[in-house]
Amino acid sequence: MIINHPLLGPCDAQEFTYLGDASLLHRPDGMAEGAADAFVDYSYPRENPAGLHRELWFHEQGDRSWLVVTRDTVTHEITQVELASDVARREGRSR
Amino acid sequence: MRYSGFRILQQALTGHKGWTPAWRNPDPQPHYDYVIVGGGGHGLATAYYLARQFRQSRIAVLEKGWIGGGNVGRNTTIIRSNYLLDGNEPFYEFSLRLWEGLEQDFNYNAMVSQRGILNLFHSDAQRDAYIRRGNAMRLHGADAELLDRDQVRRAYPFLDFDNARFPIKGGLAQRRGGTVRHDAVAWGYARGADQRGVDIIQNCAVTGLRIENGRCTGVDTTRGVIGAGKVGVAVAGNSSRVMAMAGLRLPIESHVLQAFVSEGLKPVLPGVITFGAGHFYCSQSDKGGLVFGGDLDGYNSYAQRGNLPVIEDVAEGGMALFPGLGRVRLLRAWGGVMDMSMDGSPIIDRTPVEGLYLNGGWCYGGFKATPASGWCFAHLLATDQPHPTATAYRLDRFARGLMIDEKGVGAQPNLH
Repeated sequence: MIINHPLLGPCDAQEFTYLGDASLLHRPDGMAEGAADAFVDYSYPRENPAGLHRELWFHEQGDRSWLVVTRDTVTHEITQVELASDVARREGRSR
Repeated sequence: MRYSGFRILQQALTGHKGWTPAWRNPDPQPHYDYVIVGGGGHGLATAYYLARQFRQSRIAVLEKGWIGGGNVGRNTTIIRSNYLLDGNEPFYEFSLRLWEGLEQDFNYNAMVSQRGILNLFHSDAQRDAYIRRGNAMRLHGADAELLDRDQVRRAYPFLDFDNARFPIKGGLAQRRGGTVRHDAVAWGYARGADQRGVDIIQNCAVTGLRIENGRCTGVDTTRGVIGAGKVGVAVAGNSSRVMAMAGLRLPIESHVLQAFVSEGLKPVLPGVITFGAGHFYCSQSDKGGLVFGGDLDGYNSYAQRGNLPVIEDVAEGGMALFPGLGRVRLLRAWGGVMDMSMDGSPIIDRTPVEGLYLNGGWCYGGFKATPASGWCFAHLLATDQPHPTATAYRLDRFARGLMIDEKGVGAQPNLH
């Protein structure tokens, strides 16, 4: 697979390591009410769709950026690649 | 029809005209006591043991494709019970014991071959870990034997013992481990279940689960609505998709695992060997092909095929262990979709929906578990109690902190 890095252009997926579902960007607040349940929900269950999947890839052998890749899990086709920091900010995180 | 040597002789003398289909091809009834979703090894074994061991009737197995066309025909056929943890080892040992009597039990030649499995170690630390594992196995009644370098060399003289990075220092052998003809397992269970009145319905995909007042009352399928007293889901690889029909999110990611077969060779590899320093394992089929595999591709996938980097990685592992492989040509490569659970261990449990039961999360260890998985799932379906060897395989173990993580890598399914 080739991942079209937003800054570096096309890169071999072998340069990356895979973390998983992009929902992992939204780590719960450990100090909030019900944090234990929120962490169980954050850590274990997954949507695991057959089709479009937003997922986190780390450019370990490259610029060490985190990317959010939208990929079809049935065909392996990649349709969108964004910097995870851009996605996190857009979704309400401060950084 | 009961199969025997006498039957073969009789058929040989009468032109083989008397063989009948191994199972019927019935149309679905409107209602069953038990509907098993998934006609793979685990689903068929569940139906077989429900009928034979737990004396239940009115059972259907629904298969979206054909019998033997899913993961039961896409694995590398290895059986073993060399696990470390208390939650796992008694279950897998139970499974190995069922393998040992399976062919007589269901009257089908599954070519169970206890040719032994050998896990090689390459460092002192790894030797210590394998001694511990071997002791854990023996405490649970399994067999385990630590072989030193010379003993390994006598059995497998062609391995690269003096590899500069990963010299072979010995291995942990389980002589009762081995291989089984995987298609024959599906066919044998299908035939055995069918003979006991189970309806095996092929080309029947489940498209929805009927849930009324928190209770599962049946399934929608491509061949109409089928009512059910209890619905057991055994569709590893696609568990998340089927359970999503009941609104459940599982602690599972689906990943693709590749496997490979070489051209046929003369007998070279007497047992199953695994490389301890990379991820490579290999056995030789009775047709002569070397059957081998390695790591997951490592990203979520429902495609039954992988990519080239893993093929390269597996080939490198093979060459590091077994340099004589270099001139062997690859015949086939394929991929299967795995339910990778968050701790690397399976789930056999009730679900929050009454009447709906789950058997999944088998990671890439499902084949060896087939008999015990079927038995334990049948036990759960028939009695609503977990089988004593499967009490740890609960769906809520993640929330309760009771994970069974053999590899100790945490909630990272692509590393298990």
